[in-house]
Amino acid sequence: MTPQLTSQAADTTGRQAILDRLTLRPVRSAGLPTVDASKLTSFEEPLAKFTEMLQSVGGEVHLVDQPDQVTEILNQIEVFSNAQRVVSLVPEAVKGSFDLSKIHDPHDLAAVDWTIAKGEFGVAENGAIWIDGSTLPHRVLLFIAQYLAIVLSRREMVHHMHEGYARLGTPISRFGVFVAGPSKTADIEQSLVLGAHGCRALQVFLTP
Amino acid sequence: MNMLPIVDHPAAARPFVTNPDRAPWHDKALWFVRSKRDKQASSVPEWEYLRSLASQIKTATIANLGDYLTEFERNATALGAVVHWAADAEEHNRIVLKILRDHDTHRIVKSKSMLTEECGLNPFLEANGIDVVDTDLGERIVQLRHETPSHIVLPAIHLKKEEVGETFHEHLGTDEGAADPKYLTEAARGHLRDKFLAGEVGITGVNFAIAETGGFVVCTNEGNADLGASLPNVHIACMGIEKLVPRFEDLAVFLRLLARSATGQPITTYTSHFHGPRDSHSELHIVLVDNGRSRLRQSDAFRDALHCIRCGACMNTCPVYRRSGGHSYRATIPGPIGSVLSPTRDSSKHKSLPFACSLCGSCTDVCPVKIPLHHQLLAWRKEIGNLKLLSYDKRISMKMASLLFRSARLFSFAGWVGRASLKVLPHWATHHRLNTWTIARELPEPPKESFRHWYAKNRK
Repeated sequence: MTPQLTSQAADTTGRQAILDRLTLRPVRSAGLPTVDASKLTSFEEPLAKFTEMLQSVGGEVHLVDQPDQVTEILNQIEVFSNAQRVVSLVPEAVKGSFDLSKIHDPHDLAAVDWTIAKGEFGVAENGAIWIDGSTLPHRVLLFIAQYLAIVLSRREMVHHMHEGYARLGTPISRFGVFVAGPSKTADIEQSLVLGAHGCRALQVFLTP
Repeated sequence: MNMLPIVDHPAAARPFVTNPDRAPWHDKALWFVRSKRDKQASSVPEWEYLRSLASQIKTATIANLGDYLTEFERNATALGAVVHWAADAEEHNRIVLKILRDHDTHRIVKSKSMLTEECGLNPFLEANGIDVVDTDLGERIVQLRHETPSHIVLPAIHLKKEEVGETFHEHLGTDEGAADPKYLTEAARGHLRDKFLAGEVGITGVNFAIAETGGFVVCTNEGNADLGASLPNVHIACMGIEKLVPRFEDLAVFLRLLARSATGQPITTYTSHFHGPRDSHSELHIVLVDNGRSRLRQSDAFRDALHCIRCGACMNTCPVYRRSGGHSYRATIPGPIGSVLSPTRDSSKHKSLPFACSLCGSCTDVCPVKIPLHHQLLAWRKEIGNLKLLSYDKRISMKMASLLFRSARLFSFAGWVGRASLKVLPHWATHHRLNTWTIARELPEPPKESFRHWYAKNRK
């Protein structure tokens, strides 16, 4: 049985009913608060805190002096040196082996082994890295690759999420994501397992 | 939606509490999560400040919800999303089905959403010939077992790894007897990857929607929402109307509180911000669902329950939840917050839930958005009394207690009777199947004299 309705008609009735119910009863509030920055904790060494937090959520952190060292370090990781399909969005650090130019359907990225992405900034309080969706030709690249590496400048650190959002401002790209560590689950008896649906491990390279 | 009969929490909890292994094991598993939450909360010196900010933001949002919703709709539409409004669960399900039919969809991949659970979306779609795959590992486990989630953040927390192993052996062909979480997770990863690649439409929930930008945020650790929403051309996001925050910067407050309160992590692995459809070939549909929320907003006593960000901290800390299991609540949302929300939908059906509470107040202490949960549960008891929904034995005993406490002489006499009878009553007279209070306890030794007597002797 297919319900006979047009989405337009259904929408307006529901919309009006909800908005009517929401105006039925005036509710008072003290208004929106402003965050008092002096009450927020900042860190003496945000980079050290960021590194500590990222490691605590399962990320591996490498300090590099120049971008080409990233490939050197990655080559020592077996799952990288054996990888067939590497997508690199940071060509100055890693040379990719997978040509994105012919890909129009994100499903065709199913076999990608590694994605090397560019991080915009890191958040010291929780180890999260902001990735701007406009740097990704396909947003699924971050999630479909078996392994993920993020290249991030160590000068780009904020203390906490408030500073992070202040830095992002509005509006932002159609897509953006904070990534903190590799994908994980603890749904089976609270045992933490790295590598749920997204990347199995996360390598973060901190460049000058 | 399945209409369940009136449930009595103690009766529904019986199989769980009387299992000598299960209840203490479950208690321990959740206490572990609660301890992780404590560690995180204490590592943020401004924790209490964040809680009061969050509470103020939510109060202001709920007060002006109509305005914020239309602001959100305007901005989301400008970004290219299609915003739908659903007055109730049925309308929500019809809207989703309509979108799926418009695209001739047969297979959808869904990430965790307590809202679609509340609306009974899965059985509705399945009845309409659509294959629904839940992609959160815990949700997939309970889906394969034809169960419902027993916790809003940890849907399969009631299951032992051996039980998951059996389920996977039956449905995914894993080795018989295998119970290693790593092995089982790997099997699920492979199985669900095929489902992701075959999915024609992705459905996700929404953790926060932002009025100011018209975008929304989805938080997961597994990355399932992102895979589900980034592969197909159509993304449907379903959200309760209370999930709104006014400003983009408000996200900072809530994201600092959410994962720390939920699982004791500093933040979830993925915090994805969606602003409009993926590209010009894609569609983004946002379904705003009321389903009783606007009615809850009208109640001065229970309005604050709309602050809830579904972190589950109140369940993890609740001594009753931990020992009775989520299924004993027979509600989409169990635990303290569920016991407040469920009676607002149907007070008669869920009348026993506000009594599944020891009024210890721990839920109120951990709630990141400061919902006065145990006060609300107490208020519900009064309300249920006023609605004449209390059972006969509770009504009579409350009347008697009231008489007793109002008369000093009667109280004193009753105390004497109590002390005297504790001395002389044989065990069989107090411990029998009609007296449920004495099933697991002995009666106390009677004191030699009353407090009143002692006071008169020593303090005058």
